[in-house]
Amino acid sequence: MTATDAAAIARTAITPPSRKSRVWAPAWMRRHNLQLWIGAGMLGLMVLAAIFAPLIAPHDPTTPDAAHALLPVSADHLFGTDNLGRDIFSRVVYGARSDLTIAIVAVVAPFVIGLAFGIVSGYFGGWFDSIMMRLADIVTAFPFFILVIALVFLMGNGALSIFIAITCVSWVAYARLVRGEAMVLRNKEFVAACQASGISTIGILVRHFVPNVVSQAIVYAMSDIVMNVGVIVTLSYLGLGITPPTPDWGSMMAGGQQFLAGGFYGMTLFPAGAVIWTSLALSFLGDGLTHQLRIDR
Amino acid sequence: MLRWFARRLLLAIPVVWGVVTISFFMMHLAPGDPARTALGEKASNASVAALRHQWGLDQSMPLQYLNYLKQLVHGDLGTSVYYHAPITSLMAQRLPVTIILVVLSAILTMLISVPLASRSATHPNGIAAVAVRLFNAVVQGAPTFFIGAMLILFLGVRIAIFPAGGYPADIGGRAWALVLPALTIALGTVPIMVRGLRAAMIESYGSEYVAFARSKGLPERPIRYGYVLRNAGISGVSILGIQVGALASGALVIEQVFAIPGMGSMLMTGILNRDYALVQACTLVFGLLVVVVYLGTDLAYARLDPRARLS
Repeated sequence: MTATDAAAIARTAITPPSRKSRVWAPAWMRRHNLQLWIGAGMLGLMVLAAIFAPLIAPHDPTTPDAAHALLPVSADHLFGTDNLGRDIFSRVVYGARSDLTIAIVAVVAPFVIGLAFGIVSGYFGGWFDSIMMRLADIVTAFPFFILVIALVFLMGNGALSIFIAITCVSWVAYARLVRGEAMVLRNKEFVAACQASGISTIGILVRHFVPNVVSQAIVYAMSDIVMNVGVIVTLSYLGLGITPPTPDWGSMMAGGQQFLAGGFYGMTLFPAGAVIWTSLALSFLGDGLTHQLRIDR
Repeated sequence: MLRWFARRLLLAIPVVWGVVTISFFMMHLAPGDPARTALGEKASNASVAALRHQWGLDQSMPLQYLNYLKQLVHGDLGTSVYYHAPITSLMAQRLPVTIILVVLSAILTMLISVPLASRSATHPNGIAAVAVRLFNAVVQGAPTFFIGAMLILFLGVRIAIFPAGGYPADIGGRAWALVLPALTIALGTVPIMVRGLRAAMIESYGSEYVAFARSKGLPERPIRYGYVLRNAGISGVSILGIQVGALASGALVIEQVFAIPGMGSMLMTGILNRDYALVQACTLVFGLLVVVVYLGTDLAYARLDPRARLS
C-alpha cells in the first residue's frame, strides 16, 4: 500500500471541516440567502433615515439649547441630548445624510476608473500592464489612512477633497481585482470567437468583459463603502473632515469622548452604533450578493 | 536564495522611487503658496520669501526635484517650521515609538488570533466559532478610535489597570502605557487575521499530509501544532506583512487618542499647524517603512516556505 492510498482511505474516514463556511452567517441563513435581505433591510433603513431626515428628526440637529444639556434617554429625546443640549437622535439621523452620501458617492469614481484600467491592463498586458501595476504598488506602499489624510490636508477640508483623496487611493483595489479576472477571461474561447467574427476590441471589452467582471467589483464595493465610512468618520474625528456644525458621526464621537468618564455614554455610543450598524448591513449585503451572484471568492 | 533576494530588491527600486516622487509632489499639489499658508496671512512678505527659499520653492521644478533627491540621499528631510528643528532629528525621537507600537500590536494580533482561529477551524459550529463571528462583525465595523475610547473607559478609568493616555519617561511606565494602544490597533486587525488563519488551517486539515498523519495514528494535538499550525503560520506571516499598512494607519489615529508622541501624532501636528515639510517627510517615511516591511515579509516567507523561492 502506497502513501497516497493510505491518505485516500484516511480522507474518507475522517471528513475535514467544511471549506465553504463563511464568516458571518450560520447554515440556515445561508440556505435562504437571508443575509442579502437582512443586509438590504438594515442598509435601507439607514438610507431612508438619510433621505427623510427632516421628517424623522424630532428636533433641530444644530441649534444649541443650554437648558436641556446632557439629558438622559427619554420619549422626547430618544437618544438623550449632548453637552450643548442638541437632540442626539436627530443628529445621528442627519449624520447618516452627510456620512452615507459621501461614503456611497466616493465609491463611484474609483469603481469606474479601477474597472477601466483593470480590464485594459488585464486584456492587453505588456508595457501598459507593467506600468499600471507598478503604479498600484506605489500607491499601496503608503498606509491607506496616511495617504488619504495627507491628500485631504493638501487640498483643504470638505467633501470634494475627501472624494478626490479616496479616489486617488482606492481605485487600485478595483484595478487589481478586475485585472486578475480579465487575465483569465482573455484566454477563454468566446473571446477568440469574438475576435474571429470581427468584433472590435472596444466592443469585446465593453460588451463581454465588463458584464463578466462587474459582479466581483460590486461585491468588493460593499466592503469599500464600509472603508469609506471609516475614513470619513475618522477624518471628522481628527477634525479634518466634515466641519462641526454639520452633524456627522465622527465629530459627534470626538465631542462625546470627554464626557465618557463622567458617565454620559450616549454622545459616543449612539453614533458609534450607527457606524457599526451601517458596516454590519454592508457586510451582510456583500456576503449575500456573493452568494446570489454565485461568485466563489 | 541570495539571487532571489537580489531580484526582489531590484523590483522594489521603482516603488521606492515612486514613493519619493509622490512625496515630492505633495508640496506642489497644495493650492496657492504653501509658504504663505504655513505662516498665515499676517506674516510679512520677507519672512514668506525666506521660507520659500528655505523650502526651495523659488527654484525651477526640476531643480527642486534634484535637490530633494540630493537631500534625501544625505538623510536630510528638511526643517520643521513648527518645531524649529531638523526633521531628521525629530524623526529619530518619534520613529522608534511608532515602530515599537506597531511591533507590539503585531505580536498582540497573533496572540489573540491564533487561539481563536484554531478553535473555530476545528469546531466550525461551536460556541467559539459563533463568538468569533460576532466579534469579527462588530469589531470590523467599529472605528479604531471608538475601540480605543472604550478600552480607555473600561481598563483605564473604571478599572484603572492601565494609564488612560500619555507616555511617561521611565521604561517600565512606557511599556505599560503602550499596552492599551497596541491592543486597540491589534483588535482592528484580528478579524482579518482570524479569517485568513482559519481558512489556511482548514485547508491544511484537508491536505494529504494531515490525512496521512492521521492514518498512521498520530493524535490530534501533535497534528495541530506540528503540521497544521506550522503551515497556517506561514500565511499568517504574510497576512501580517500585508496588514502593516493598516497597523500604521491604526497607529496614526491611536497615537492621537492616547497622546503617544510617535510619528502619527507628529504627522497630525504637522497637518494642524500647516507644516508642509513635516507632512511631506512623515508621509515619505511611512511609505518607505511599508516597503521595507514588505521586503522583510517576502524574505521571511521564502525562509519559511522553500516553494516561494522557486518562482
